[in-house]
Order: sequence, then C-alpha cells, then structure tokens
Amino acid sequence: MADHVSTPAVARAAEIRWARVAPWRWTLAGWLAVLVVAGVLPFTLSDFRLFQFTQVFIYAMALLGLNILTGYNGQISLGHGAFYAVGAYTAAVMIDRWSIPYGWTIPAAALLCLVVGFLFGIPALRLEGLYLALATFALALAVPQILKYFEHWTGGSQGIVLSKPAAPLGLPLTADQWLYLVSLAVLLALVVLAWNLLRGRTGRALVAIRDNPIAAEAMGINSALYKSLTFGVSAAYTGVAGALSALAIAFVAPDAFNVFLSITFLVGIVIGGLASISGAIFGALFIQFVPNWAQDISKAAPWAIYGVFLIVFMYAMPRGIAGSLRLLWRRLTRPNRRSP
Amino acid sequence: MDTFLQQVVSGLATGGIYGSLALALVMIYQATDVVNFAQGEMAMFSTYLAWSMLQAGLPYWLAFAGTLAIAFVGGLLIERLVIRPVENAPILAIVIVCIGLLVIFNSLAGWIYSYIQKPFPSPFPERPITLGAVVFGAHDVGAIGVTLVVLALLYVFFRHTPLGLAMRAAAQNPVSSRLCGVRVGWMLALGWGLAALVGAVAGLMVAPKVFLDPNMMSGILIYAFASATLGGFTSPCGAVLGGLLVGVIENLVGTYVWFIGTELKLTVALALILVVLLVKPSGLFGRAVVHRV
Repeated sequence: MADHVSTPAVARAAEIRWARVAPWRWTLAGWLAVLVVAGVLPFTLSDFRLFQFTQVFIYAMALLGLNILTGYNGQISLGHGAFYAVGAYTAAVMIDRWSIPYGWTIPAAALLCLVVGFLFGIPALRLEGLYLALATFALALAVPQILKYFEHWTGGSQGIVLSKPAAPLGLPLTADQWLYLVSLAVLLALVVLAWNLLRGRTGRALVAIRDNPIAAEAMGINSALYKSLTFGVSAAYTGVAGALSALAIAFVAPDAFNVFLSITFLVGIVIGGLASISGAIFGALFIQFVPNWAQDISKAAPWAIYGVFLIVFMYAMPRGIAGSLRLLWRRLTRPNRRSP
Repeated sequence: MDTFLQQVVSGLATGGIYGSLALALVMIYQATDVVNFAQGEMAMFSTYLAWSMLQAGLPYWLAFAGTLAIAFVGGLLIERLVIRPVENAPILAIVIVCIGLLVIFNSLAGWIYSYIQKPFPSPFPERPITLGAVVFGAHDVGAIGVTLVVLALLYVFFRHTPLGLAMRAAAQNPVSSRLCGVRVGWMLALGWGLAALVGAVAGLMVAPKVFLDPNMMSGILIYAFASATLGGFTSPCGAVLGGLLVGVIENLVGTYVWFIGTELKLTVALALILVVLLVKPSGLFGRAVVHRV
C-alpha cells in the first residue's frame, strides 16, 4: 500500500494509517477465508473428520459463552459443563419423550439455560474469584448424580439414545453433512451476536465491571443486573452447544457431563485466549484435536503428553493463542518504530 | 444411638483425611493465591512411591519418612521448575498449568504402576477398638491422630520458628518482606514443599481405606475443596475442622435422610458448600478479604 508514495514523512503517515485500518480489514478477510474453507470442507472430508469438525463448532459455541462470562466479565466458572448438560438433556428429553421436532430443541435449550443461568447468576453475585469458581465447580460435580437420580426423565445411567436428524426438504446431504452445516450456521449466528453484544456499550460495561467494579458502579452501570444477565447469556450459549452435541452424538448419558468437561472448557478459553471471540475457535480446535495427537504420540500415557502440551502452551503464550497473535500483529505492523 | 455414634466416628475418620488434603490446599492458597488442582494427584503419586519402597522391603515407618522427604523435595522442585516461570502470568494461566500437572501425574502413575487397584498396608493394628457398643477401626483413630499431629507440628512451625514467620510474612506482603531480606521466592517454594508433604500424609492415610489406584484422590480432592470452603480458605485450622464436619455431615445425611441414601451424598456436600458460600462467603473460620479502594 505504501509503495507508491515517495517522501519518508508521507510514507510514515501512510504506514500508520495502514496499520490502523488494516487489522480490521485483515480480520474480516481472515474470517471470510475461514468461512469459505469451512463451507467447502463437508464435501471433501470423510464422515468421521466431519463429525470432528462439527464437534469443534459445538465446542466453540460453549467456549464463546464461557469467554463472555470469564474473559470479558471476569466471573470464573468451573461449572459450564452443567449448562452444557442442561442443553443436551433438554434436546434429548424433548425429542425422545415428547417427540418434538429437532428444530425446536435448540431455542428451547437456549431459553431454559438463559433462565437457569440467570437464576444461578443472582446468588453468584455475592461471590468472586476463587469462591465463585468453587461454587460453580460444585454445580458441575453435582450434575451427573442429579441426572442419574431423575431416572424417569433422563433414563438414568443408561442415558437416552437418539437418531441423527436427516436433511430436510430432500436435500442431497448425509446426516453428518447436514449437522455440520447446521452447526456452522448456528456458530456463525452466535459469533455475530457476541460481536455485536461486546463491541459497544454493553461490552464496555462488562469489561469495566471486570477491571474495576467500584468505578463501574460509580459510572452508573447496574453491576448486579449486568453480571447476572451475563451469566444467563453465557449459559444460553453453552446450552445451545449442549443441545447440538446431543443431536450430533445422538446419545446423552450422565457420565459424559463430568467435571472434566467443565475443566476442558476452562482450558479451551485460556489456551484460545481470554476476552477474544476468535480465541473460542482456537480453543475449540485445541480441545478437540490435541488429545488425539497426544494419543498418536504415546499410546501408553497420552494424558501425560497432553499435560506437557498444556504447560508448554502456557509458557509460550500466557495470554492464549489469540492474545499472542494480537501481539505478533502489533509487532509486524510497527516494524521500524523509532525511539520516542 | 449406637448407629448414630458409629456414623459420627466413621465420619470423623474420613473427615480427618479430607481435612489433611484441605490443609495442603489452604497452605498453597495462602502463600500464592493459587488453588493447586494437582494437590490430590501429587499425594497419590507420593503414595505410589511409598508402595514401591514397601515392596522393596523397607519397614513401614522408614518408607513413611522417605516418602515425606521425597514429597517435600518434589513439591519444592515443582514450584521452582514448573510454577515459577509462569509466576507473573494471569492467574488462570497458572490454574491451567496446575491442571496440566494433574493429568501428567495421573497418567504417569497409570503408566508406571497400571490402573489395577493395589492393597496398601496400614501401620495400625487390625483389631478394632470396642468402646461400649461402638466399634472404632484402629486405622481410623490412627488417621485422625496423625492428622492432628501434623496440624500441631505445622502450628508450632508457623508460630514459633523464624522460618515460619518469614514464610507467613512472604505470603502476606511479598514486597515488604523482600525489603526486610526475606527470600520470597524460596519461601513460596518451601510452602509448596510443605503442602506436598502434608498431601503425602493424607495419601498414606487414605490408601489403606480406598485401595491404591491412580484415581483414588480425585474424589477426595473434591471433598477437600468442600472442607476448605466450609472452614475458610484463609484458615488452616478451619480447613481441618471443615474436613471433620464434612465427613460427619456426609455420613449422617446418607444414613438418616431417606431420599438421599448413598447416591446423593456428594450432592449434599456440594449443596452444603453453596449454602455456606452464600451465607458466609469466606467460610466458617475464614477472614473476609478487605479490599483497599
């Protein structure tokens, strides 16, 4: 861009402008490129790979929800597996017990999780930091037991078996391709929604509450309302992910929603990058594929390899993948910064 | 009445074990503001080391001492080599490193010792102690005793030795302590070492009851969290008392409340945490954190 201007001063000005304008354009271009690739993938990959990528999208939704809460609003949750479970079971019970069409289960899961999350968010107002993490951790732990207890609805530890939804209107797609495209579309909608929610007044309010709650209150932000609503929205995102996962796996069982799932979500957002939308996608790729790689490297102790990966990642990029990319971008665009 | 006493006693016995792991958690939290998710797995791994020593023919108490020494050095090294490089990273990054340690220890133990459960000997006699109609397991009484001894030793160490004072100072106000000549970094490492040692004691006491396997501590770690929350994350004595309380409440509720039984025991413990957190967020014996604005 700067190659047709001659004098150094103009070049410098152009460079600054380029650096300011470009990130936003480049980001958009990057998103579009990813989207195009994602749109082509279902017609080139095997069903198994496709299922894995569907799972990545589903995780990305859950991570996005958790990132809104933990990354932007500073409320640490170790219990998002619980909302994921609520979403999954909402879908499964609606389909299996009441024979409601698949399409309705996703908004129903979102609504139910919104309400549950909001209600959980009210007592959570009293807690912060470690104590909130522990309270949500308790929630995550209780979920499998509670699911097993209400056997009449949930099928106990046997779980509920579903069948994968077929493509509607006679579209020439396999069930896996259809689910992949639906997940992609839902993820896209959720990303746009999150971006709109976070870039303006609301997003600033959330970040202000995270960084300095007292100052935020003094500026007239209704901290209690924002925090509990954030909990609700975050839970709704995760609930949608849960409902889609029930459809994609076509099976729900209590032990799939153990504590480790919640911890995996936390790992996902920290590795991906806190307080960043793209971080949710990087994180989802990490939690879906890295355990498999670890398995390939060592059959005997795959989790040891995974643990080493986690530690090395945190050494190399303490602010997550998205945070490191942002830093790298800043360095690349200001290569010859003079000393002030 | 006898059932009641019996349940209380066995509750106290398991509670003592929750308490000692909770104590280890509280020690690291107080020194570094980090909840060490790997605490349970570190304890489990130490117990496996003790098992190896016993297999090699060492007498119990020698293996006991050896394990504690290794656990102490191991905890110290983990702080120096693994935690220290991320000291200034965001707190969640440190949490992730701890989770990494957790899966590494769990996986290594499974790899080296296999996932088959192993019996682990108790140092106490097998014959139960009978008092009226109530039967105490000798190991249960011994485990409570060992936990209390550890607590007493720690109390003496932190209250009445210069090193303990330096460690408390480093935890409370690192900057001022450094100005006074306290080597803050090493104090934190010592804190990790001591916590690993206390955790190893918990592991050695719990292994005879639940059998030794790589996942033996994961359930107990959860109860330890509950105990530390109940007692207060800022109070070591509170953590042990919280452990005893959680053990007793869990047993009594499981026995007497008909719709709960054994399946929902854990849920009750968790509901208890939630109630305590909501009524008194800093725990029963904890200090409320005061922020300076």
